[in-house]
Amino acid sequence: MTKRHVRPYGDTTGDGMVQVSFTLPVPPGPKADGAALQLATKMGLDPAMVVHSHGIGDSFTFFVVYGSASHIVDLDAVTVVEREYPLLSPSEVNGAVRKSLRRKLVVVGGCIGTDAHTVGIDAILNIKGFAGEKGLEYYRELRVINLGAQVSVPELVKRARSEKADAVLVSQVVTQRDAHILNTREMSAAFNEAMGERRPVLIAGGPRFDPLMAGELGVDRVFGRGTTPGEVASFLVHAMKGNA
Amino acid sequence: MALLDLDPDVVATARRLAALAAEPVVDIARAHTTVAVERATLRLAGITGADTGHRAGDVPWVNRVVDTVREQCGLEHGVVTPAFHALREHDLATLTDLAEATAAGQIRYRVPTGADARRAAKAGRTAVARGLRTVDRNRAQRDRLVARHGDPAQRPWIYLIVATGDIDEDVVQAANAARAGADVIAVIRSTGQSLLDYVPEGATHHGFAGTYATQENFRIMRAAMDEVSKEVGRYIRVTNYASGLCMPEIAVLAGLQRLDMMLNDSMYGILFRDINPIRTFVDQRFSRQVHARAGIIINTGEDNYLTTADAVEAAHTVTVSQLLNEHFAHEAGLPDELLGLGHAFEINPEVPESFRLELAHALLARELFPDAPLKWMPPTKHMTGDVWKGYLLDGFFNLAGLLTGQSILLVGMMTEAVVTPFLSDRDLALGNVRYVLNAAAGLREDFRPAPGGLIVKRAHQVLDEAVDLLDRIVRDGLLPAIADGTFGLMKRPPDAGKGADGVIEKADGYLNPASDLLEGAGAPERSASGLMSARRRASAEHAKREDAGSAQGRERPENTEGATK
Repeated sequence: MTKRHVRPYGDTTGDGMVQVSFTLPVPPGPKADGAALQLATKMGLDPAMVVHSHGIGDSFTFFVVYGSASHIVDLDAVTVVEREYPLLSPSEVNGAVRKSLRRKLVVVGGCIGTDAHTVGIDAILNIKGFAGEKGLEYYRELRVINLGAQVSVPELVKRARSEKADAVLVSQVVTQRDAHILNTREMSAAFNEAMGERRPVLIAGGPRFDPLMAGELGVDRVFGRGTTPGEVASFLVHAMKGNA
Repeated sequence: MALLDLDPDVVATARRLAALAAEPVVDIARAHTTVAVERATLRLAGITGADTGHRAGDVPWVNRVVDTVREQCGLEHGVVTPAFHALREHDLATLTDLAEATAAGQIRYRVPTGADARRAAKAGRTAVARGLRTVDRNRAQRDRLVARHGDPAQRPWIYLIVATGDIDEDVVQAANAARAGADVIAVIRSTGQSLLDYVPEGATHHGFAGTYATQENFRIMRAAMDEVSKEVGRYIRVTNYASGLCMPEIAVLAGLQRLDMMLNDSMYGILFRDINPIRTFVDQRFSRQVHARAGIIINTGEDNYLTTADAVEAAHTVTVSQLLNEHFAHEAGLPDELLGLGHAFEINPEVPESFRLELAHALLARELFPDAPLKWMPPTKHMTGDVWKGYLLDGFFNLAGLLTGQSILLVGMMTEAVVTPFLSDRDLALGNVRYVLNAAAGLREDFRPAPGGLIVKRAHQVLDEAVDLLDRIVRDGLLPAIADGTFGLMKRPPDAGKGADGVIEKADGYLNPASDLLEGAGAPERSASGLMSARRRASAEHAKREDAGSAQGRERPENTEGATK
């Protein structure tokens, strides 16, 4: 049974021992070590020990500090946001698609309107990927059609229909006069009009989107800054299951 | 000394197959030009600057001119004669003046004929030759500075990446890295630059996870590293990236600003960026001709295969890509000493004997390409947030690089895949390299894999698999093989991909003085330095090796140790 109140464990229950390392913009020397000690104390390490320091160039010093954290964790006060869908590895995504669709899942993507910034859509779709994760092209069971920049909404709808897209990803970087919001609304309206219930899963992404805006934009999901291909792929699997 | 006992006949077969696979692609590359090749030519001829008044933002003048020429008279004959004819017709002093007049709608381009054509061709050739002389001067200047400051005391050279997005910050980080032991500084580019069909202008301060490659940024970094070279007493080399839609132009800018190494892979853009295959092969050939002239070491991108596929299963695709890159490079005039063929330490550390397998793969590359400055790249795929495990893995990577005689070692960061490296991460990473290079400096002397042991057997197996794959590629054709997804999982048909509309089939009267001056091993027109004649000898060696059929494997030097110095 875990206790409600816990402290870090070094080698004895309740000793609170932690290790941190950091750099200060201070030349190496006794003064630097003193500065590190002060920071550690302010971080709640008491007592703190600077066990190692060395200069990086003339004006920086790197420290390793051990100390006892004076803070106590209240496990009852720990709340975590449960993601509504699990984060899957590429092989899990492939397996799930094979099992639920028995064919490849078709993804059509592009930048709509006059937006020529394909950085976002390419980070998600290109095999090169983003943040150490491969893009959707890497997934064996996904068929990716990247239409690139400045795709018109009618063209996107037409292509999504001819490719029998299961999902459509649009990226919007330019936000002048709320262009990203207007373009995305136009896109979702066009899909609803043309295909109604049978429309593909619609996903919008871009650095200035708020993930809470999905309903307002008429899309199924909005991804904001820092989204990785794996998160998008995992959501696609989740959305497929919802529709099945 | 050869440690793997590779069969020279198998090695020769591998090279012969790579040449056969590449041949039809080289023919296609010769028969086409691209908007990027034409822009690169005008950049050599002296055009600079950008149209800052354009409503789409800064458009480089060279794009305005090439786009307008294409619109009005096509690029089948090359941009040079229409541009230089218009220059004379309108009595303008410079190409930049011509660009301004073009933007103002005052120029009507046409392909000149007769005496007009001859005059325009001559003027174009003179201008391009002037640009190439700058490239030649930079090369000679590099030789002088290397002689003055010296090369790094050790092999491998230590290669370190900086990437802040702001060229001024990059300079600070690069200078610190050089003082801490880095020999080569690479400025990684802003995300997505490879897909821009123009080269941004000026000094830049706002990149995304990297800094834009521009002529001015190149100049700033080179000038700063010249200062640091004096201070640290060795020549600090500067690296950037010639991949993407602007390969030829960026290669020219690198030559004009005395960069020392450029990332330049024959198939990376096709496979990993979905750039049109023809566009890539045409651009690649021209850019490599420029690199050959500039004495720039190319770095190829075989590491990418291993991050997308399993590093054991796909080991032979690295060898195949190295052999293709070697052939394309030789064909474009690059000698062995400028071939920084790549490979990487990417085997899952949970695999039993993973370190011995890494040694086998690394040693195979070393013995297949004894004279090439191989680039050895650190683990990225199996780096997790566990920075301590990452630090250990990087230590093993460094040891493998040292034991197998790698030439350029890209320093691994324990915070790979966690954050952009902290100042302290770089410092600790360099400490790791220094420890291994110092503690095991001469260990290569004692490293003798057992004959018939796992390392030797594994190397033979990878080479055999590479020969099988090359055989299949020769049968299917390289372009169809790329279209079918032979490399990684990517299917890239020759008529699709980004930049396809920038490919133009050359007409009979096509003229490009840059291509004319660069054909033939990149040798300058004027007197050759000692190094130049060494390069010529090296090229002659290749020609011999490639022509000599199955016996040529034996012509290579027995002593591989000497080759890495």
